Order: sequence, then C-alpha cells, then structure tokens
Amino acid sequence: MRESSLQGGYVEHAPGFVDNEGPKLITSRFKHTDSFTLEKYLSTGGYEGLRSALDRSPTQVHDEVREASLLGRGGAGFPAGIKWGFPPEGVWPRYLVANGDESEIGTYKDRLLMERDPHQLIEGVLIACYALGLSQAFLYVRGEMALAQERIAIALDEAYKAGYIGKNVLGTKFSVDVVMHWGAGSYIVGEETALIESLEGKRGMPRLKPPYFPAAIGLYGKPTIVNNVETLCNLPWILNNGASAYKGFGSESSPGTRMFAISGHVKRPGVYEVEHGVTTFRELFYGDNFCRGIRDDNELKMFIPGGGSAPWFFQEQLDLPLEASAVGAAGSMLGSGAMVVMDETTDAVKACLNVVRFFARESCGKCSPCREGTSWEEKILQRILDGEGRPSDIDLLLDIGDNISPGPYPAASFSDEGLDAVPFPPRQTTICPLGPSSVAPIVSAVRRFRNEFESLITRRDPIPLSLNVEEVVT
Amino acid sequence: MSFFNEENEEMAKEIVGRYPIARSALIPLLHLAQEQEGWITKPAMEQIAELTDTTSVEVLGTGTFYEMFKFHSVGRYLIKVCTNISCQLLGADELLEHVKTALEVEEGSTTEDGLFTFEEAECVAACTEAPCFTVNYRYFHRATKELFDEVVVDLRAGESPLSKGSADDKGVMPEHGTLSRVRQQIPKSRCAGIKHPEEIKGPPNWIEEGF
Repeated sequence: MRESSLQGGYVEHAPGFVDNEGPKLITSRFKHTDSFTLEKYLSTGGYEGLRSALDRSPTQVHDEVREASLLGRGGAGFPAGIKWGFPPEGVWPRYLVANGDESEIGTYKDRLLMERDPHQLIEGVLIACYALGLSQAFLYVRGEMALAQERIAIALDEAYKAGYIGKNVLGTKFSVDVVMHWGAGSYIVGEETALIESLEGKRGMPRLKPPYFPAAIGLYGKPTIVNNVETLCNLPWILNNGASAYKGFGSESSPGTRMFAISGHVKRPGVYEVEHGVTTFRELFYGDNFCRGIRDDNELKMFIPGGGSAPWFFQEQLDLPLEASAVGAAGSMLGSGAMVVMDETTDAVKACLNVVRFFARESCGKCSPCREGTSWEEKILQRILDGEGRPSDIDLLLDIGDNISPGPYPAASFSDEGLDAVPFPPRQTTICPLGPSSVAPIVSAVRRFRNEFESLITRRDPIPLSLNVEEVVT
Repeated sequence: MSFFNEENEEMAKEIVGRYPIARSALIPLLHLAQEQEGWITKPAMEQIAELTDTTSVEVLGTGTFYEMFKFHSVGRYLIKVCTNISCQLLGADELLEHVKTALEVEEGSTTEDGLFTFEEAECVAACTEAPCFTVNYRYFHRATKELFDEVVVDLRAGESPLSKGSADDKGVMPEHGTLSRVRQQIPKSRCAGIKHPEEIKGPPNWIEEGF
C-alpha cells in the first residue's frame, strides 16, 4: 500500500513533496513552513539573483541563461534562452507571461511552486523582464488554484512594497509592473497562443500558426514570451550560481534538475526534484530514494512518462534515462514531468477511455478533426467498455486517430511482436497538439493490449437485412 | 444601472487599470461578479461590458468558454471530485458514487436546500495526493468517504472544514465565487506605469544603447 503522508520523507505542509536525497535547486525552501513569506525568502538568499542580474547588462543576463541551456519545463522542452531571442528587432512593447495554468493530466509541480515559494517565481519573472527589456509581465494562474492565487497576491504586494517590483527596482532605473491574472477553467489555455487569447479577454482557443511562436506576434499583436512557472523558478539559482554551476547538474543535453510528479500505483507517490539524465524510470519507481516500488509488490503494467498527452511506456522502457532526447527516440516524451504508474490490476481499455475523455471534454472546438474526432473516440471506447463494441471498432478508432494525426503515431517498441519504436513527436492536422494527444492512449493501448479490446467486443450475429414478418409475428 | 456594489466597482476599475487594454480585464471581472453574486447575471455582464469596452454578448461569449463561470445559480458550496486517471486509479469512481448517494444529487445539479452543487472535475494538479476533491476550490487530498462525510457535516453545521483540507488553513470557507480571499494591490506610488501598446514606440528608457 501507499505510505501515509506523515511518514517516508513527505513534507507535511507541502503535500506530496518528498524531501529526499539529491540536489534541490528550486525546492530548497519547501521544508520551511513559512517558505512563502518575504521574510523567509530573504533570509534564505532570496532576491540575490535579481541583484546579481541588475549588476550586469540585460544582454549579459540573457547570455548567462542561454549558456545554461535551460530547457522549458512546460512540456515542449524548448530552450528558454533561445526563445528569448525570437522577438523581432525594433518592435516594442514586449510582454512576458508566466504560464501557471498547470492542468495536464498527472501534472502537479507548478501549483506547489506557486503555493510554497511565490517569491522565487516573482524573482524569476523579474530577471526575465530585465534580460528581455520588458516593462510589464503577467502571472497567469490557473483559476482553480485559489491558494496559489492568495500566496502570489500577498507576495506581489510584499515585493512591490519592498521595492523589488514597480518603479525603480532596488534603486536602479529598471522599472516593471507584474500583474496577477486568473484563469477560469480550461485545459487548452495552457497552450501559449490560447493563453494569450485568454489574457486578451477572449475564448481560449489556440491561434493559427505560423507564426509558430508568440515571441513574434503575441499579446496585443506584440512580441510576447510565454514561459512555464518551473522554467522561471530556475532563473534565480542560475543568476546566483552561474551557468557553468547549473550545467554541473544533469546531463549535457538536459542540464539542471526537474520536478517530477509520480502518481498512481506506487508505494510512495510524490513530487520529486530529480537531476536530469542521471536516473532511470526504474530507479524512480523502484528506488528507495524515490517511489519504493509498486503497491503490494504488483507487476508494472504500463506508465505514462510525461503527462496525459504522452504515449505510454511499459516494462521494456524502464531503463531509459530521464532525458528528453532518449525518451523522444523511444517513442514518447517527458513532457510536463508527470508520470502515472499503473499496475497489473489496471484495465487498459478503461484507462484509455479515461484519458481520451479528458481530451474530448477539453477540446476547444476550433479544428474539426479534434472536435469531432475526440468525441467519436470517447463514444466508441465507451461502447466497447459497455460490452456493446463492434468488431470494426478497433480499426475505426485507429482510423479516427489517423485523421487527427496522420502517419505512424509515436509508440514504444514492443519486442515480443517485433515492433520498433516510432519516435516522438506526432504529426497533426490540427492547430495545436490537443487532438493528437488524444490518439496517444489509443495507439498505446491498442498496440500492446489489443486482446483486451477484442475480448470486450461482443460478436453478435449480424442483424438480417430483411425480416420475414410472418416468422417474427408468430 | 450598476451591478457591482461600491467597493467592487472601485476594485473593478482598479483591475481594468492594470491592463494595457481594458478587454484583458474581462475574465478577472467575471470572477469579481461571481464573487459578489455567486453566479454571472445579465446585469453583471452588462456592466462588465461597459467597463471593458466590449458588448455584453462578447462578455457572454468569452465567459461561456470557461467552466468555472456559472450562468445559473449554484449551491453555496461547489463540490468537485476529480475523476481523471491518477485519481481513478486510486478510487475516484467509488468516491464519486458515494458523493452522489450522500448528497442525493446527480452530477451537475444542486441539492434541494441550495447548499451543495456537485460536479466532476478535470485534473486539478493533486495527482500524487489522489483521490482528491475540492470545495469552492479548496483542496482535500487523499480523500476517503469518511473525510468527505466529515466535510459535509461541518458545512451543514455552518463550521469551516478547511482545517481538514490540504493547506492547514484555519480560515472560514468562503462561499462559491470567492477564489483568492486577498487581492493584489498595486500602490500608485510604486506602479511603473501601464500604457496602451500603441503609446509605446521604443524600448524602455532604462535600457542602454544598442539593445
């Protein structure tokens, strides 16, 4: 069974966080009960990164972040320093939006960062604003996260009063406003162009691409950088300790640490700060420093390695390193750092329907392959599960998936069947990746557990084309 | 006719002033309206339209995209049970059935006494602490049927169940509509100055040459 929340290294006031062994770059304050106050923040090195940034030119700060190869932590894993270089020259104003709309299935890290250490996020935002030459930033917090909103509102007030935000930050010429903004319940708003639409007071539907990055045309048509909360939270550490120290953690292609939320059928589910690349899935799920094995010592059946949008992995993939490139080549992604572990008692069709239903409900309705496709997928899976599936339903599911995401869909290797991995990412006929994400659980489950689908599908006698009325009546 | 009370109208204007373009305040003002009334009424949408330089149809159009906004009255407490994969794996379906039986309501409806509205939630970012439910967006982790029952008993008795929640909160459970119980205040003397994007032609004056 699971360890109770009072044992096993859990930090009680930071629910789910495990203060285990290993470097803590962005969760170092979680162990303090008052980690969200300005007082505690300052007494633990807070706002030193900002001071260090203000001692340099904005270009030097940008160079430091580029040198650190800080990868975006929202899902796509794009290097933040390179993204920052995208705004076209001479176009002003520019904006920064911190994406705190965490809602990918299985993901639980940004909420903790916002609730437990709001000043760290604010400092990250300020460093980014300075490096980018911005006068205004928005903190977009998911609507459902009332506590995070309270903590951030108080932290912003404290930081304004203490002179870290506003006119003439810390007595320099640097001036910037940071405004907290609310979401109101929509998964797709986590997509950066949808986030911008929402921030403009509109329905949160992703914008047509190109331009691929709102860094070219974003909020109010101006260059806008959208960074994930966790990405920004790394900046104070990088400015304090330097890019080369940062690269001392993790692997060459993915430096630093990442927060992983591991949920489902493990003994010690939790949020762990983990060094990139040096551990494997096996160590995370079974290691004593991490999840300590599958509940009741059951067998692992499958796991989602990077949020609901990620194709599933199986026992065969347990020894992969936690590194974006290795996981991508193996057919999935580390995405938002959310792992969902499922043991042998799990019904693959039911799990598949659960994930698909999420995407069907959250589809914004803009692109027809996704709007129609996801709800078809849901209905077909539901009828299979209800014992009313038709023999053609499995192929129909794959065919709908192919309309949303044409060609071979990313999948893990399956050596028993001689199937090789199909590398990530999928192709898409839609504007954003939501629709293609709904195909991930289907292809994953059908490829591996086709027999489970088949055994649920009742093979009734076909209905006769013409009925003999006399026979029926008598 | 104005919908917002005096204090909230003041707040609404202040919120609008934080954005380079007024329409950006549309969602925050819908939240403010919901905080005042518990749901979004027609007069609320009309005043929000005035304040954000839009029409009430545009306010409705934006508002209906987001599931947190309610366009009909709901219970004083909105109970949401997460049924996504991490919670389902650890018993969310049983919890959901229990809630339906205990409150005698179907998903999406309100108890006869007007106290509780019950909905399924999409993943609320508490996956390691599954299963999870929220009451007016306050989290209850590692939920059991017993915990749920205790929370309902507290609410029916007019007591705050927040101390049983995940945040070690000694406060009072706010009514539906109130999210953050505190609001950001930007002191005028500290504000760097928020301008319409078209008024800004070049980089900020603190940037050195050649940026």
